[in-house]
Amino acid sequence: MNVPTADPALEADAAVERKKKSKKPKYSRFTQQELPACKPLLTPTIVISTFALIGILFIPIGLASLSASENVVEIVYRYDTECIPQQSQDDKVAFIQSSATDKTCRTTLTVPKNMKAPVHIYYELYNFYQNHRRYVKNRNDKQLRSKEYELETTNCAPEATTVDGSPIVPCGLIAWSLFNDTYSFAIQNKAIEVNKKNIAWQSDKDEKFGSDVYPKNFQQGGLIGGAKLNESIPLSEQEDLIVWMRTAALPQFRKLYGRIETDLVANEQISVTIQNNYNTYSFEGEKKLVLSTTSWIGGKNDFLGVAYLTVGSLCLFLALAFIVLYLLKPRTLGDPSYLSWNRNPDRH
Amino acid sequence: MPGGRRRDRLRWSKIYTFARFWPTVGDDEQPSFHGGPSYSRTVHCNQPQLHRKKPFKYSSNYITTTKYNVITFLPKALFEQFRRVANIYFLLAAALSLTPVSPFTPVSMIAPLAFVVGLSMAKEALEDWRRFMQDMKVNMRKVNVHKGEGQFDHKQWQNIRVGDVVKVEKDQFFPADLLLLSSSYEDGICYVETMNLDGETNLKVKRSLEVTLALDDDEAFRDFTATIRCEDPNPNLYTFVGNFDYERQIFALEPNHILLRDSKLRNTNYVYGVVIFAGHDSKVMQNATKSPSKRSRIEKKMDRIIYVLFTLLVLISVISSIGFAIITKNKMPNWWYLQPDQTTSLYDPDRAALSGFLHLVTALILYGYLIPISLYVSIEVVKVLQATFINGDILMYDEDTGNHAQARTSNLNEELGQVDTILSDKTGTLTCNQMDFLKCSIAGVSYGVRSSEVEIAASKHMESEATGDDAGVYGSYEVELDHEIDFKSDNPRKPTIKGFSFEDDRLMHGNWAKEPTADTILLFFRILALCHSAIPEPDEKTGGFTYEAESPDEAAFLVAAREFGFEFCKRTQSSVFIREKYSSSEDLIEREFKILNLLEFNSKRKRMSVIVRDASGKIFLLCKGADSIIFDRLAKNGRMYESETNKHLTEYGEAGLRTLALAYRVLDESEYSDWNAEFLKAKTTIGPDREAQVERISDLMERDLILVGATAVEDKLQKGVPQCIDKLAQAGLKIWVLTGDKIETAINIGFACSLLRQGMKQICLSTINNVVAQDANKAAKESLLMQITNASQMINLEKDPYEAFALIIDGKTLTYVLEDDMKNHFLNLAVNCASVICCRVSPKQKALVTRLVKEGTGKVTLAIGDGANDVGMIQEADIGVGISGVEGMQAVMASDFSISQFRFLERLLVVHGHWCYKRIALMICYFFYKNIAFGLTIFFFEAYTGFSGQSVYDDWYMLLFNVVLTSLPVITLGVFEQDVSSEVCLQFPALYQQGQRNLFFDWYRIIGWMFNGLYTSIAIYFLSIGMLYHQAFRSGGQTADMAVVGTTMFTSIIWTVNVQIALIMNHFTWIQHLFVWGSVATWYLFLVAYGMSSPTISGNAYQILLEALGPAPIFWIATIIVTAACNIPYLTHKAFQRAFNPQDQHVIQEIKYYKKDIEDAHMWKREKSKARQKTKIGFTARVDAKIRQLRERLNKRALSTSQSLEE
Repeated sequence: MNVPTADPALEADAAVERKKKSKKPKYSRFTQQELPACKPLLTPTIVISTFALIGILFIPIGLASLSASENVVEIVYRYDTECIPQQSQDDKVAFIQSSATDKTCRTTLTVPKNMKAPVHIYYELYNFYQNHRRYVKNRNDKQLRSKEYELETTNCAPEATTVDGSPIVPCGLIAWSLFNDTYSFAIQNKAIEVNKKNIAWQSDKDEKFGSDVYPKNFQQGGLIGGAKLNESIPLSEQEDLIVWMRTAALPQFRKLYGRIETDLVANEQISVTIQNNYNTYSFEGEKKLVLSTTSWIGGKNDFLGVAYLTVGSLCLFLALAFIVLYLLKPRTLGDPSYLSWNRNPDRH
Repeated sequence: MPGGRRRDRLRWSKIYTFARFWPTVGDDEQPSFHGGPSYSRTVHCNQPQLHRKKPFKYSSNYITTTKYNVITFLPKALFEQFRRVANIYFLLAAALSLTPVSPFTPVSMIAPLAFVVGLSMAKEALEDWRRFMQDMKVNMRKVNVHKGEGQFDHKQWQNIRVGDVVKVEKDQFFPADLLLLSSSYEDGICYVETMNLDGETNLKVKRSLEVTLALDDDEAFRDFTATIRCEDPNPNLYTFVGNFDYERQIFALEPNHILLRDSKLRNTNYVYGVVIFAGHDSKVMQNATKSPSKRSRIEKKMDRIIYVLFTLLVLISVISSIGFAIITKNKMPNWWYLQPDQTTSLYDPDRAALSGFLHLVTALILYGYLIPISLYVSIEVVKVLQATFINGDILMYDEDTGNHAQARTSNLNEELGQVDTILSDKTGTLTCNQMDFLKCSIAGVSYGVRSSEVEIAASKHMESEATGDDAGVYGSYEVELDHEIDFKSDNPRKPTIKGFSFEDDRLMHGNWAKEPTADTILLFFRILALCHSAIPEPDEKTGGFTYEAESPDEAAFLVAAREFGFEFCKRTQSSVFIREKYSSSEDLIEREFKILNLLEFNSKRKRMSVIVRDASGKIFLLCKGADSIIFDRLAKNGRMYESETNKHLTEYGEAGLRTLALAYRVLDESEYSDWNAEFLKAKTTIGPDREAQVERISDLMERDLILVGATAVEDKLQKGVPQCIDKLAQAGLKIWVLTGDKIETAINIGFACSLLRQGMKQICLSTINNVVAQDANKAAKESLLMQITNASQMINLEKDPYEAFALIIDGKTLTYVLEDDMKNHFLNLAVNCASVICCRVSPKQKALVTRLVKEGTGKVTLAIGDGANDVGMIQEADIGVGISGVEGMQAVMASDFSISQFRFLERLLVVHGHWCYKRIALMICYFFYKNIAFGLTIFFFEAYTGFSGQSVYDDWYMLLFNVVLTSLPVITLGVFEQDVSSEVCLQFPALYQQGQRNLFFDWYRIIGWMFNGLYTSIAIYFLSIGMLYHQAFRSGGQTADMAVVGTTMFTSIIWTVNVQIALIMNHFTWIQHLFVWGSVATWYLFLVAYGMSSPTISGNAYQILLEALGPAPIFWIATIIVTAACNIPYLTHKAFQRAFNPQDQHVIQEIKYYKKDIEDAHMWKREKSKARQKTKIGFTARVDAKIRQLRERLNKRALSTSQSLEE
């Protein structure tokens, strides 16, 4: 810290005393721009230690994140093609859109490592633009929140009202296109219970989706989108819908489906029964079933750790590079020979 | 004034000679010009009701100087705001945000615009309100007005109409332009102070017409009627043409009869007058001109950067709308979840081109964050605050005048840091405009033993040269230099009597009578005491007199005359009384001299004369004037002392003194009366050529003069001028002096200020005017071109790098070189010269020279002056600085900055200019950086949403970004940043050159910042996306939705840009800490508050920080790594630059930081002197030149000794 001394201050103060009536500006360290100030200097020591410190801090964080990510056990199973019977492979869209076909699909997954409960079940969609502007805006938060605003269907077109004009609850394309594949799991023919409670944010259940709002006229039109809703359950308890209504940022996203609250042991065979209802075939999308544990950083993602390690090691490298540079080309701080007039005296 | 009262009720008009000027004009034929368009005003005196209706409905006395009124404020102020291209864009965007095209809610577009425009408009409204209040204060003033029937009553100014008779009392302002009818003095004179008009503090005498003298009480106006026919309203303060039709006689009116609005009645108990011009017709209001609005170079460049950003905006908008059209056409039909069959034209796959086009509009709005909406308003705020710092700087406060520096327009602050050329007036700017009578030459003998400042300076130099053989060492010359400057500033000869520094026993104490030429000396003194237009003011304290004179020279003469024993003590309209005292033993004799005529001074005539009749009845013409004019008019027998006087005049000129020659002529009665008849005729001519006539007749009289002698007064340099010039020169500024003075005086002042020195090669450009008129122009130009070419060659061929040249040119020559075909040659020559002095230049030429420099060199010019004659130059230059000193307010009114002393220019430029330049430059760069960094993340996100125009951020985040979350830190940067302290700025004027060379706002730097912004946006976006990918982001298994991703990214941005600004800052007071870290804290607070608001407002951001993000470690560590990754490149760059390529301020900061300046004072001093080593003008240059000279001499000596040894 370098605090400038304000020696003209005293004299000036005295002058103020002498001439009070004049327009003389009042002296203060503020108006004279002489406030005590910290003037940090980017000295080699500070530069090197900053970089070194960042490196030293970041590398452990990176390692911790990586190991956390490594400890996460994840089973990813893409089923969108496999769940179409052989004869329908040429026209998947027709298969999925037909109400006559049996869409049940069975498969077996092997648990690679022990998975501690809770094991989170996700569905993952690819190439699905939940972040499209038309889609994102196609909802009405007021209507979702309370019965009072049942008629409020602004922004919901074309899923706002039925043909006779009565409101659709919940209205809008997001709700209309609700994901409707279902999964059930069994180990050695013994069904594993899937807990589908508490998959949504508590605040969403409490505040955003009304406990007095019941689905109405939903999926009754000519065009059926996704899942239907049980009209006797209020929206606040339709957690699948609440999760779905949190639109994803990217066209590839996972959403929480439920949790398995028993530990899964390595090499166990889980038989999965999938009701393959959701149409991702029209737009060349993908569907995946994901079973994953979590760590403190969440799911499996090496990027965080790698990024930290990269930045951390880059900083260490920079610290070293600056040490070398300062050694090779030392400059005494405050060496006047670096002043421009000493460096090229002939400029004028 | 008691003096005024004493003089009341004297019947002076009995001896009132001017009475004869006004013959009764029986044949009241209307002079033809009254019918003309410009002399059509008719005023019916005492019948204001006639002026209420047409055709005499002149404007009322209500004035308004406001830009707006209640009705026009909104449209006009809005129009002003939307003249800025960026604001128009935002207005369009806001309008479109009401349509479905908009990606944002209307409020998020309209609120920031309303805030920004509202703030600017509030500022306008406040300023205008102040003007309105000021107007109202003036309009509500009261004055006594004739209500009819001889009754006077108080009335507000605004209700006065043309034709009203008003009674103005002592020390009141005149409410309108009045015709003076009578005053408390029986001869109808009154004294007027015109401070508000021209700033002159001396009183002026106005006289009423003889015929209206009787109207001197209220009752007299009961039946008073008269008609005035006069010129139309015009801004000429010093002319007035009209006549007065009273009691079937017509009298001519002249400026002397007119009392101008805003001047003040002094020393007179009351006057009666009739309103001629009211309100906006009055001369002072007609004179109010709007000064041209100036913009700084940085701001102009900033506009260009905004255009660059607009181009970028359009580019990415086009990219994204093409992308959108393609995706809509090819892919969207398959996206059943969007119901592509039932869509609006915004997303219609069948009409993809239309959708694409509509999307272009959306994109233009969406990426609008590239254009910093708050930039203009932030800059305005910053500049106003900077201006308050300039205004409040105690070190630019002048105790003598009580004025502080004032930034009258705040939008040029940063321009102060880039000035290249200073064009300075001389009188009142470099010099005090206080004259000291120092020497005189009478009858060919020079009197006065004291030396002028210039002579003292010169002799000091000679002395130090003689003793300074050992001064070749650095250290000792440093000491000597300081000493020398100190000597000059602190030890001036303090004259005991203001205006009189003369000392010579031959003339003082009545000793002059013993001189052989006593008669001539007597005449000399009488000319001093009689030939003037001053008014004596009795001085209560001393019992003597002080003089209200038109020019300081005149006052100096009167003081001198008084000291010589010829005390001017009284003036009546017809006579001047002088108390003469021939020697100290003799008694006072009061002598009366009748003033028959007074031939006034003007700049064209350059002389003034009085014709007096002394007690014995002899008539004299006494004349004083410029030497060249007088010498041309001498009689054959009047040239007795010509050669000696001429020699003395040259000497005086060399000593930096201002000279006038005095002469007289004896007239005989018949000669005079013949001439006077003609003169009267000329005077009473009614019409525009009256002046020419008067001048011609005057000229006839001022011939065949007999030379008496010459006077020399010293025009004193202002305090600190040489040092200031020295410092400014060291800061790399070029200084041109433009003066109305003659060449010799200008050169002398040049020497006194060290703009010139011995050994400097002077190039004088001049014209020879002995050629026949026909091709005079051509010949003059050819010869000038020759001179210029020769001089340029001489400069080019000059090998000695230390050789300096000075260019001296006079006004007449300037008229030629300013012509289009010559001016570039001239300019090329002038810029190669170290100093340029232009003499005898007219105000217009001053402006033209300024324009030439400004446009020719393309560099920033600053004009500084104090008088009305400098207004043109002040308005023309990039920056106009007015000296708020004694001479007047006009220069100040026209200026952008006003200071009270030339020496404050150093602090204004070198400290405030330097700071403001750096602050604004950094601030603008940072602004663009931050908006690019933010705006491009929106674009990157677009690519992942099928270019649909969805923003990842909540509308409220976007709204707050520019207006709240990042605005205050950048304002603190713009207001408080300091690279080095003010003291260092002054010690190292070389730092100023960073501004001149525009090191901090060149395209290299701007583009660098833009790339930094680009990098930051990429880093923020991809790091955030990479970390918050499809996996769960919390141990609870929840995945990130758009609100989580957007908020995390936005938090990273807030951290990044605030850490970035902290890295830019060199100077942290508590204010910076508060605003920078406070902004970050505000963001979190906002997030909490926003999360608590109803979910219908906050949407998916409901409870986002407390519930979703806060407990997630990834949110915090993502913020940290993004902030670090974004700032590492800048930090590396800065550290590298500092370590291996430090700029001057870096090294100085280090020296200061490690207190090396205290430890190694010698080094510090050496660097200070080296930093200012490169100038060719100023004291330092003088000393340098001397040292070189000495070294050469030593070398030669050494050489010769060695040679002799060899032999």
